Amino acid sequence: MILPFLIIIPLLAAFLISLISGEKDNWAIVLSILAVISLLALAIFSFFTTGNKTFVYEMSGWKIPLTICLVQDALSSFMLVIVNLIALTSLMFSVTYIRQHDSPWKYYALFMLLITGMNGVIATGDIFNLYVFMEIALFAAYALVAFGGKAEEYEASFKYAVMGSISSTLILLGVGILYASTSTLTMANIAAELQTKNPMVMYWVAAIFMAGFGLKSAIMPFHAWLPDAHSSAPAPISSMLSGVLIKALGIYAIIRIFYNIFGAPQIFLTIFMVLGSISIIVASYLAMGQWDLKRLLAYSSISQIGFILLGLGIGTKLAILGAVFHILNHAIFKSLLFYNAGAVEMALGTRDLRKMGNLRGAMPVTSGTSMIASLSVAGLPPFNGFFSKLIIIIAAVQSNNIIYAIIAVIGSLLTLAYFMKVQRYGFNGENKITELNQSISLGMKSAMIILAVLCVVASILIIPGIREVTLDPVVSVIMNKTAYIQSVIGR
Amino acid sequence: MTVYILCFALLLVGIYGVLTKRDLIKIILSLGIMGYAVNLMIILFAYKKGAGFAIMLRDGINTNMVDPLPQALILTSIVIELGITAMLVALAIRLFQKYKTFDITKIRRLSG
Repeated sequence: MILPFLIIIPLLAAFLISLISGEKDNWAIVLSILAVISLLALAIFSFFTTGNKTFVYEMSGWKIPLTICLVQDALSSFMLVIVNLIALTSLMFSVTYIRQHDSPWKYYALFMLLITGMNGVIATGDIFNLYVFMEIALFAAYALVAFGGKAEEYEASFKYAVMGSISSTLILLGVGILYASTSTLTMANIAAELQTKNPMVMYWVAAIFMAGFGLKSAIMPFHAWLPDAHSSAPAPISSMLSGVLIKALGIYAIIRIFYNIFGAPQIFLTIFMVLGSISIIVASYLAMGQWDLKRLLAYSSISQIGFILLGLGIGTKLAILGAVFHILNHAIFKSLLFYNAGAVEMALGTRDLRKMGNLRGAMPVTSGTSMIASLSVAGLPPFNGFFSKLIIIIAAVQSNNIIYAIIAVIGSLLTLAYFMKVQRYGFNGENKITELNQSISLGMKSAMIILAVLCVVASILIIPGIREVTLDPVVSVIMNKTAYIQSVIGR
Repeated sequence: MTVYILCFALLLVGIYGVLTKRDLIKIILSLGIMGYAVNLMIILFAYKKGAGFAIMLRDGINTNMVDPLPQALILTSIVIELGITAMLVALAIRLFQKYKTFDITKIRRLSG
């Protein structure tokens, strides 16, 4: 069984890093890179061996429903690959970036805890266990947002911690009510029991979870913490938060709970569509007005989460394919854009688009990869963002949601507009910049190049022969609502 | 039924405090109240009148006992809340060092 190791390895690495690190961070770097490489290898191996099957690991010899179980199906191994891929590039980027701050080994220990939390949330099949791992990930995230030690960072971290605690309390309340009505905590058993209960229980709990996980994934009315937290954090952490944390804790948990446990009632799909389209339009509009590069990217994250949620809300097979594909694509290009912002901040000492200029001569790798990422997030062919947005729009038209299709088209045009602004002022401006405060190291460059290549390569996942072994099993896990119960309990 | 409504009222007191108070410490205390309300509610779900503790009963599992699982859950959640509260207080101390105030209306360099 692979799944327990995906939790044990980063947890062990976090403890070892805090035990053996002294003044220097060399051992911390070696240990964390080794841990994340092995995690990525395990995740890719599990993704290609899972297919349409489901593996269940029952902890410490007890049987379901008495034990905490870990469930490995196509959806969870797909998310695990995304998390550990972004974590590896983020670590490569961190090595020189984080030496600007004091005692960098603490950073690596917290980073490993963040990965532990996210892997745990994805792997677990027990709803209280999901809450515990979510708190581990959030605890590390609060500390990492404040890692730089400036006044703004403490302010953003406090805001994030207060909002995060409110949402966690709501989620704990929902878990309590579910336990009171079904007398079990294993997700598959809850789903089976809920079918025999009064549906009002499900609607109450779903409303509480909608607010709780909505805050975690920063859907539009619950988004206030995201632009502060994601723009104040160190650049590799911004990319982890924007790229994978809001998806692992927010979108993945929403998919698992609303599709696999509650069976996707139509009223919640409508709420997803409405909230998704509000997020797309309003967040794009707010992003247009920003001059701080990282704050603009943070608003753009809210708008792209809106696309994912719109795809989930439409609920046809094609729309869910688009949403799943967009989860992968958004993780790739948004992390890349935050690396670009971090590299520019390190080299010029500013994030203000008006103070940047023509960077093509001085920073060829950064400006080249930022061009690829911008075109990709704006949805231009042949990059990956084009295909996922196109699929979501086609699915909206096919299911007679013409208004939502128009909103999605307007949203992607607005995205194109504000990324043209980034390119026009930030990377191809008038005043030509020739000298840099600090040069960009090889690790940072290679992290950016790997993700830029993936921006192009990820498009091939949509070719029919490849799609059937990669994305289609994920879609079928989400679409077959009762198959999850069968595959976990009825073995 | 009355105890559940009182519990929910306690939760609302916590939410009210988080939303309206301007002092960092009062916000942290309100978050604590919210946490206590939810913990109390989960303990009440397991309560049964006149029943004994599972660990104190010697004569098998068929006797009258309260559900022990929520008590284990609440222990976990209390530990998590302790950690989060310590984190928030540490952040509040740092914020006071930087801004010389606990008033959130004066701590606003980030906006927009």
